Amino acid sequence: MQATSLAFETEAKAALANPALQEALGKIKTGWQANRTKAAAALPEFEALRDRGREIKNHTLQHLDLYLEMFEAKVTERGGHVHYARDAAEARAIVLDLCRTAEARAVTKSKSMVAEEIGINEYLEANGIERIETDLGEYIIQLRKERPSHLVGPAAHLTKDQISDTFHEHHHSPRLEDPAALVGEARRVLRQKYFAADVGITGANFLVAETGSFVTVTNEGNAELTQGLPRTHVVITSLEKLVPTMDDAFTLLRLLARSATGQEFSSYTTVMTGPRREGDLDGPESLHIVLVDNGRTKMLGTAFQEMLRCIRCGACMNHCPVYLAAGGHAYGWVYVGPMGSVLTPQFAGIEETYTLPNASTFCGKCEEVCPVRIPLPKLMRHWREVQFERNLTPPTARYGLALWAFFATRPALYRFGTRLAMGLLGLLGKKAGRFRHLPLAGGWTVSRDLPAPSGTTFMAAYKKTRAKVS
Amino acid sequence: MSAATAVAPPETTGSAAGPQETGGGGAARPRVALFVTCLVDLFRPAVGFAAIRLLEAAGCEVEVPEAQTCCGQPAFNTGDRATTEAIVRTILDSFEGYDYVVVPSGSCAGMLAKHLPELFEHEPENRIRAERLAARCHELVSFLVDVRGLRSVESDFAGRLTYHDSCSGLRELKVKDQPRQLLSSIPGVDLVELAEPETCCGFGGTFCVKYPAVSTRMVENKTKDIAATGADTLAAGDLGCLMNMAGRLKREGTPVRAYHIAEILAGTGSTPAIAEPGKR
Repeated sequence: MQATSLAFETEAKAALANPALQEALGKIKTGWQANRTKAAAALPEFEALRDRGREIKNHTLQHLDLYLEMFEAKVTERGGHVHYARDAAEARAIVLDLCRTAEARAVTKSKSMVAEEIGINEYLEANGIERIETDLGEYIIQLRKERPSHLVGPAAHLTKDQISDTFHEHHHSPRLEDPAALVGEARRVLRQKYFAADVGITGANFLVAETGSFVTVTNEGNAELTQGLPRTHVVITSLEKLVPTMDDAFTLLRLLARSATGQEFSSYTTVMTGPRREGDLDGPESLHIVLVDNGRTKMLGTAFQEMLRCIRCGACMNHCPVYLAAGGHAYGWVYVGPMGSVLTPQFAGIEETYTLPNASTFCGKCEEVCPVRIPLPKLMRHWREVQFERNLTPPTARYGLALWAFFATRPALYRFGTRLAMGLLGLLGKKAGRFRHLPLAGGWTVSRDLPAPSGTTFMAAYKKTRAKVS
Repeated sequence: MSAATAVAPPETTGSAAGPQETGGGGAARPRVALFVTCLVDLFRPAVGFAAIRLLEAAGCEVEVPEAQTCCGQPAFNTGDRATTEAIVRTILDSFEGYDYVVVPSGSCAGMLAKHLPELFEHEPENRIRAERLAARCHELVSFLVDVRGLRSVESDFAGRLTYHDSCSGLRELKVKDQPRQLLSSIPGVDLVELAEPETCCGFGGTFCVKYPAVSTRMVENKTKDIAATGADTLAAGDLGCLMNMAGRLKREGTPVRAYHIAEILAGTGSTPAIAEPGKR
């Protein structure tokens, strides 16, 4: 999928002028953000859990080869299959092949961001396979032909009114207002389709090496129906979801729901191990786990390795003032908010996405709430370094910086130059104390006055006071 | 005559007094180098003079090394390591040999105290010097309280005041209670909290001109928050954030005055607020 991140500023502007979107984004703040604060405060060991979460992920990443082999062996032992996909194209081909083998006409899908990442949706449809999204948010955006705007809530950019309109239009039914009635209608429509699907595709929140199990987390129970009813179950997931033990998975689960939605635990948390055994009442006849690399192993051993700790809770975006103003679609690719600003350049190339690591004030709120303590601002800064090295920094910033640096590394010249410049600016701004317009300062003065300098620099004034007393 | 008693800014009248145990000019007066920051140097010298008065009141001997320009943060956050290191080398040279380096800005102090040790990957000697400098570097208000044990100040400032936690000071240096503690010691100050004191104002260095639309929304949220407190004065520990918020308040035509916290703590005297006319 081509990233459209270079249009971030234009898209953000449009988002700011969109009242429905702003209303929806406001709900993230009063909802998930506020709930996370309460949930974290209510758990005395929350900070210690974060440390533990970071350690579990770091340990796994350091021994990824070992745990991958262990996981694969356990899955195979239980009758499942593990497929390795080096990149998105390979992953798509594997999934299509599995669907073809199952003679699938229709697949049900529960939410998987890795599925979005590899672009499986368009690919299946282009190959004549009907795709039914079973996550409520994913279902809504499928009807609207939109992309997810949030890691946890794909339709977080929509208001209830917009959803009412969408259902009214697509279900050919009376327009419903009550949220419970809307959910009921979606459930009725979707329930029939679960039984018609030949293949169920889910993601996985965690892969457990010691047992070969995988864990899914939802609030709707749709993952369970997606993986349990069709003959074939395909899990599209990525390498870094691995943890060594079931105990580790549950430690991270305690962090995940609290960080994501402020729940102590999600409504449905399911641990699945292997396909249906003899005597089992339900479950898929065949189970395939597609492990997508897509550049992740290249991050190992680099500064970006820390990003592979991410458990996809969305806390960073729920707390990001830039995300809450611009919304998810402005980021122009699958992953959004601060975690997206670090991951997207990795997957879609920094040339197409350098706007993203710059879309941060480095306020540090994302790092403050990250359940596995990923230093997101530091990693965004690393991307800015790559951007600068590859000459992708816009010329105005580059030359402005070079000019500034020329003086800043020559203190005497700097003293002289700044004294002149500030003297002039101080004189011009003396009467008002501020500027409404100033050449070259349009980015600032478009919406705020620029306070005028006092006219003398501190260093000059200080020198004067020293001269007086000695 | 020591530098500490020599410096008295001519245009202000406020005073600040340190705690009993460090107030007198005893033998153990630490030598403090003031890193004034580029914005204070260029836009608002009063903050630098206020910092000096506060440090002296806290029993420090203050010096202002001549060869200082910028902390290197604009280059660092643009991803230009070479330029960052070139600028920081001048700081390493001129700020060696002091007991402490004190900065009236959480953002610049964060750069010096937290990010300097990330630099000079290929210059081991400078890496060590950078680490040493970083260990001695402090943000002004947290230095006064945490290192010098200041518990109260004498200031002539009066008003209903709200304090914005600038991000770097708050999150990188844990500046949170110290400014409130000193502000509360001023008899004329009625301290009221913002609904979201820890939410970024949208300045973010070059961010505010790279993404003016988003930055504007963020500062609008902040000015709404400020208005809701009913405060007549806004204080913060970073001139960058203050220029952003004051600039927006002025554009909106709001009468709220904005001052750097050092000015409030040392007494603002007749100095006009940020973006107000008059001799600053």
